[in-house]
Parts: sequence; C-alpha cells; structure tokens
Amino acid sequence: MKILVPCKRVPNPELKLKIAGGAVELAGTTWQVNPFDEYAVETALRLTEKSKGGERSGEVVVVSIGPKDTATQLRQLLAMGADRAILVAGDDATLDADLVARTLKAVVESEKPDLVVMGKQAVDGDDNQVGQLLAGYLAWPQATFLSTLTLAADGKSATVLREVDTGVEERRVRLPAVATVDLRIIGKKAVRNEALAGPETEWEDTQRLASLKGIMAAKKKELKEITAESLGVSGGLLVKTVRHENPPSRKAGIKVASVEELVSKLHSEAKVI
Amino acid sequence: MSATVVLLETTSSNLRSASLPAVSAARALAKHHGGPVIGVVIGAGVGAAAADAARFVDKVLCFDNPALAAALAETWAPLLATAVKDSGATALVASATSTGKDILPRAAALLGAGMASDVVAVLGAKSFRRPTYAGNAQTDVEITTGTVVLTARQTEFSPAAPAPSAGSVENKAPGAIDALGSEFVALHATTSARPDLTEAKVVVSGGRGMKATENFKLLEQLTDLMGGALGASRAACDAGMVPNDLQVGQTGKVVAPELYFAIALSGAIQHLAGMKSSKVIVAINKDPEAPIFQVADFGLVATWESTLPQLIAEIQKLKSA
Repeated sequence: MKILVPCKRVPNPELKLKIAGGAVELAGTTWQVNPFDEYAVETALRLTEKSKGGERSGEVVVVSIGPKDTATQLRQLLAMGADRAILVAGDDATLDADLVARTLKAVVESEKPDLVVMGKQAVDGDDNQVGQLLAGYLAWPQATFLSTLTLAADGKSATVLREVDTGVEERRVRLPAVATVDLRIIGKKAVRNEALAGPETEWEDTQRLASLKGIMAAKKKELKEITAESLGVSGGLLVKTVRHENPPSRKAGIKVASVEELVSKLHSEAKVI
Repeated sequence: MSATVVLLETTSSNLRSASLPAVSAARALAKHHGGPVIGVVIGAGVGAAAADAARFVDKVLCFDNPALAAALAETWAPLLATAVKDSGATALVASATSTGKDILPRAAALLGAGMASDVVAVLGAKSFRRPTYAGNAQTDVEITTGTVVLTARQTEFSPAAPAPSAGSVENKAPGAIDALGSEFVALHATTSARPDLTEAKVVVSGGRGMKATENFKLLEQLTDLMGGALGASRAACDAGMVPNDLQVGQTGKVVAPELYFAIALSGAIQHLAGMKSSKVIVAINKDPEAPIFQVADFGLVATWESTLPQLIAEIQKLKSA
C-alpha cells in the first residue's frame, strides 16, 4: 500500500492575524503543517502499521508545494514516520486551488499511489477544494470529510464514515481514490487497515509526535526537491486574490453582574427575549 | 445574457430549505450574468420535489434515475457540468452544505472553471467576498475563467421566497452513470424535534465546562424554552457529552442566529469561526479571560451551575408575563 499525503504549510492559526494594506502580513509568523494535513499523515501511518510504531507494511510519501523552507515542515512529517518527501517549488501568491490540484495530479501520475489522503481544508485559505479537484482531474472516486477509514484486507476498497449535515454517512469507495479527512479521523479506532490490524486495535486519541529516534531517522530520509515545470505543470490562476480585510468588528460588548441584569438587557435593549 | 445554474437539494417530495440561500445567491449573480436562474434537481423519484423546487426558479432541469439516489460527487458533478454547458450558463451555485462542498469543486474541475468557496457576498459577475483564516479575514477574490462556480454560506444569504410565477420542469436523461466504484451504504441520521442548527433563531451551545452529558439537560431546557437548537463546542463533542453533529465551528456547522448562548465555552478561534456572525451573543463563563467574552455582547462571569437554573426561571417568568 503506497499512500501519498499532500500537505500545506500554514501560518500558526493561534497567532493573531495582522492585515494591512489589503494583505495579510506574514513576516514574523511561525509556520506549521496544516492541522488537517497532519491528521492525514497520522491516518496514512495507521494504514501502514499493525499498531502504533509497530511493524509496518507500505509506504507513506508526503508532498508539499511551497518555498524552500517548507523543507522544515516536511522533515517534521518524516520524523513523525513518513518515509519520503517531495517538495515542489512554489509560492502561495502564485498558486490557487486549481494549480495545486493540477500539480498534485502530476505527482500522482509519477508516484502512482494506491490512495491519496489529505486534510479537508487548509486553515488559512479555508477553500476546501483541492481534494475534490484532484479527484475530478484524475477521474478517481472521492471520499471527503472522513471521520473513519477502514481499508479492506484485499487493499482494493475502503469503508468510510463522513460527517454530513444530517448525521453520519457510510460509504464504500474503490481504490485508487482521494480521501480528505476531518478532525475525528485521529480518534482511537477511527483508522485501520484490515490486512494489518484487527478490530480491537487502538491508537492514541491524537496525532503522534515525532520521537527523538524519529527525528534522527528523518535526517537520513529522502527529501526530493523538484519544480512544477519538471512535472509539466504551468498556467495562470483561475482565482485571483484581490485583497484581504479585517472582518467587520463587533461592537464592544458589556459585562453584566447578574442573571437579572442579563435577562433585563436581553429583553429591553437587545429585544431578543 | 447567460444563465446561472443552481444545485437544488431535495427530499423525495420537497426542496430542502438549505438550498434557499443558494437561490438567493444565484439571483444576486443572475443580475450580473443577465440570464435566467436554472435549478438542477438530481435524485431518484424526485419528480414531485422538482415541481416544488420550480416555484423558486425560472426553470428546473431534473435528472431522475434510480442510480442517482445518493448524492455522490462522482455521478452528480458530471450532470451539473452538463446542465451548465447545455444551458450555456456562465455560473454554477450551491449552498455550502456538506453536499455542496463535496460536489461543487468536482464540477468546477470538470468545467475548468475557477471556484470561490463559502461566499458571503456577490460583488460582481466574477467577484466574491469570502471568509478566510477561520473568519479572521475577509477576502475578495476574482475568478478569471468564463464560467464561475461558487458555494454560498447559508447564513449570509436570506432564504429565497418563491418567484412570482413557477418555472417549468424539464426532465433530462442523465446518460451513462458511472459512480467509479463509489457506493452509498447508509445514512445514520440524527433526528430531533428541534429546529435545524443552521436555521434556528436561537442557538444554545455548551462547552467543555458543562462536564457531563446529564448537565446538558439544563441547556436543553433553555433551548426548548427559547424554541432554539442545541449546539456545542468541539471539546464537548470530543468528550462525548453530545453527538458530533451538534458541533459549531470550522469543523461542524456555521450558524448565525438572532441570539447565541455560549455556556461554559471558552471560545477557541475554530469555534468563533462558526458563530461570530450571530446577531446577539451571550456568554456565561467562570473564566473572565475566556476569549468568548471578546465577541460577546453580554458577558456574565459566573459558573453555569450558579446561573442556569435562575436564567431559565427568569425567562420563564418573562414569557408567561
């Protein structure tokens, strides 16, 4: 089982966003792997092992499109346990979801994975498009917003649960396919490869951290740097970002001292009760 | 003068109300594109639903086939692309429901069209405003392709009213249907007598501080007293206090009710992303530093234990007065 995990680096989402002159100021931010993509790496690792950190079968390849120092985030993913990394030179300002998906399509065609697993969205652009676009361009089936993923013992299909507006939907999908994961995919029993792990298998209720041994091993793992041109990908943007602004700010609120005061304000001032 | 196509989700007999904001967005877009608004209904045995949906648009194209019962992107996206091409449309719209978010990008891929997700305002024929960075920025984007694709954030477009006269329904043959091996198995639906979270006028959400499932009973009392819907933070869902589909936030549902109660809920940015547009926000939290107070119109620094019973009693008193 070969699994390709596309990952994006994003500015630390916990830091206060600075917007000036119609642009997001990113100088001085710290970068990290998009959380949903980190969950995708955890998913892929679980699909290739019998138990956490135990005997493995299969290969997990992480790929990112970004500037040179995205290598830092890719090394972290190698330290988590991914086997190989590919960095396609690129810059957010000259990328959109379409170009990312077409670049990934070229990577898929050269790597020929059995499965692509990625986050459902990046927490900076919040597009929630690339996985679906990639599946569309490849004419592969897609399984989006997954909270569980069970790979059949023959490696030819997967059964998934998706959190949808009206509840939880169960689907079966033929491989190769594109899967996008939501946050509950890192639950204890959310992911399993039936060929490797029994139904009783449990993982930790979170994505794994890199161990010291993992960090040492990551230094020796392959991190290949390539260009979009070498993949034969080029073209303009289908979606241009014109400007960023601060969202309309809310009028400063007040603190009330008691329940009586709260109810009275909601009734006579806000008129919502 | 070219048409705007809108995906209309239905039950077997009715248009789903979740699609009404998409109709509003499509009408706003049609002002710039100049042509009619054409609805697309896809499913199995959806003839009655198509007739219901036709009340809201100039025309409905209906793809009715047993193999289309489940909303699979693999089978539905090609039909949306066909509908756009056959009607010479230059825009494709859906509400940003889980179905819209799943299917529309794939349709955009098939059309070679640029797509804007979760649009909150139509600025022009190809210009849209959308939230990014978990709602900490609003971003204006411009699509450069001849055809534009977008999902509309439900809370930002008011539900469309029926058109002055109902449109016609044209049944279309879907042609070859290939799900590429994808198969719908089951929907484990949540049923609730309460209004839908995304449509409720009042939402009462509990956070990690509620501690246990049984404590949500008090929140349910408040919810029902207000005729609202129950919500929760990720922490409360992850702790198993309530089902995951109550989650409000970046993962979960985006809500914008008239009145939002955040009880024992700290207000992580991922949660704020899903409720910041609420008209009036009330926060009750024992921690005066909780980020939820930064967006709350009315904040009360107190425990839920010491305030909820009294809050319920006071509102009851007001309602019966």
